[in-house]
Amino acid sequence: MSTLQLKQITKSFDDTHVIKGVDLEVNDREFVVFVGPSGCGKSTLLRIIAGLESASSGDLVIDGKRINDVGPADRGLAMVFQSYALYPHMTVEDNMGFSLRLAGESKEARRTKVMEAARILQLEPLLDRKPKALSGGQRQRVAIGRAIVRNPSIFLFDEPLSNLDAALRVQMRIELARLHEELDATMIYVTHDQIEAMTMADKIVVLQGGEVEQVGSPMELYHHPCNRFVAGFIGSPKMNFLPVETVNADADGVEVTLPGGRPCRVPVTAGDTRPGAALELGIRPEHLMLDDEGPLEGEIQVIERLGGQTSLYITMGETLLTLMADGDVSHRVHDKVRFGFEPGRAHLFDAEGLALTSLERHHLAGLKRQDHRG
Amino acid sequence: MNNASTQRRVGLAILAWTITCLIFFPIFWMILTGFKTEAQAVASPTLFFTPTLESYVEVQGRADYFKFAWNSVYVSVGSTLLALLIGIPAAYSMAFLPTKRTKGTLLWMLSTKMLPPVGVLVPIYLIFRDLGLLDTRTGLTFVYTLMNLPIVVWMLYTFFKDLPKDILEASRMDGASTLQEVLLLLIPLTLPGIASTGLLSVILSWNEAFWSLNLTSSSAAPLTAYIASFSSPEGLFWAKLSAASTMAIAPILIFGWLTQKQMVRGLTFGAVK
Repeated sequence: MSTLQLKQITKSFDDTHVIKGVDLEVNDREFVVFVGPSGCGKSTLLRIIAGLESASSGDLVIDGKRINDVGPADRGLAMVFQSYALYPHMTVEDNMGFSLRLAGESKEARRTKVMEAARILQLEPLLDRKPKALSGGQRQRVAIGRAIVRNPSIFLFDEPLSNLDAALRVQMRIELARLHEELDATMIYVTHDQIEAMTMADKIVVLQGGEVEQVGSPMELYHHPCNRFVAGFIGSPKMNFLPVETVNADADGVEVTLPGGRPCRVPVTAGDTRPGAALELGIRPEHLMLDDEGPLEGEIQVIERLGGQTSLYITMGETLLTLMADGDVSHRVHDKVRFGFEPGRAHLFDAEGLALTSLERHHLAGLKRQDHRG
Repeated sequence: MNNASTQRRVGLAILAWTITCLIFFPIFWMILTGFKTEAQAVASPTLFFTPTLESYVEVQGRADYFKFAWNSVYVSVGSTLLALLIGIPAAYSMAFLPTKRTKGTLLWMLSTKMLPPVGVLVPIYLIFRDLGLLDTRTGLTFVYTLMNLPIVVWMLYTFFKDLPKDILEASRMDGASTLQEVLLLLIPLTLPGIASTGLLSVILSWNEAFWSLNLTSSSAAPLTAYIASFSSPEGLFWAKLSAASTMAIAPILIFGWLTQKQMVRGLTFGAVK
């Protein structure tokens, strides 16, 4: 059992406020991902949890105990660094057993635990090598092995895959997900890559400017982003945004005028939206469809063919939209096209960038990664 | 290889050899003179003569070389160890736990090297006299430590700063205390740098003359004082002076030659990553 709570955590360096009051709950065996653009404070937050930085204020609670004043080693956490941070002068075995050596465990006990971790990570043949003689992926596995050996209550990962090439990253992503299942441990993972966040997380914490923008399952963030920032950050390619004007707002949704003049009723709660108010309509590229009867029209500027899919970049007046179309569309650059979308897929954001809540929750919004496991 | 780059290489080689010869010539001449008689030494310069050990015998007859040599070893090695013992923790804190004043502190330390030593001769002399440190190896070791500390801290600081911080943080997560961090990671990982810092400190202490001449007279006098003792009394005896000088620089020359690989490795450590 390991749970973690952050209560109003702040961190300032001199006059710069890096973390501005973060509240967060991490449940037992959860895979939590901190995601956000660089400089959003996600790594600092992780380092505060690790004990490598101290919080300026707020409480850090593990399993009900406040640990602000407990040293990094005594928090029962293990961290995997972006640079791997292996000890270059020690063999893989010594690297992995270093914490046990410091804890004064016998050579045999150390060997047993290291062998066990090496088995999980398939590192057995490499135990006598020095880090210099390992590939990037192997170093990464050793770094993870070093964490496993400590049998921590919570694993912390600081952008562990960003130094790997794309193919290896996909492979390690799968391996980490498998590891989470095998170890059944609580994990906190920092990344700037929303794909890593979407694929691995039970719970994603989107951070920006030292503040939590939204916490939720990947599908919740995808289908119900609470503001324009989260909507634009989660999902790839990025969500399209169109300026629209409110025509009517009632219990059945909000009716807006699209650029080009056609009306569209989006099923969201009106709140205090009044007719005439300027809103922004968000629609994901994969939810835009080519449709000769569609309400929107534009000119294709760029076509990217990926084989299975085609990205069309379409200008509509000043706005550039992305549309994910079928791989076989035969359009050419500078073609005029009409397109549309299902109103239920659209999002509306008010002048402050806050989303108007959907009338209906998406049926997968509550899904956790653990639920896939049957 | 094309012609231009060959020419360039040859030109550079000639330049390097010329500079080397210019630097080495006085040393070479000194060694040569040590094997001459006093008469040959002041006669018109010649490369060809019958070498004799006459000067060496006479020099050794007048003062016990080994006593001075032992003092030199004692104070240079002793002061180096002491400087490393103080310098490693100092450089550790500056490299890994810097504050707003770290840069200033480092510059201040360096600025003490700009002060002419003679400026503090009188106070140090008086302090040494009152503490009974005059003409003691302990006293000289102490002065050399202070003298080399700025350089030692600066060098260690630059070597330490090249060590990725993550590695030390990882060890902290693994449960290492600060002492274990330093002993098990920092020192082994920056050993080439620490070694070259130590070697430089030994050489600087060995060659130091100002303080050794002023603070020692007989029992703690190192080789620099030994050489000086041949220069004054009855005018200059070039052959004997050369013989004494050769004996004084021989150990450090051999030492430097044996450790040059280490020196170069240490001084370029971090530069070639």
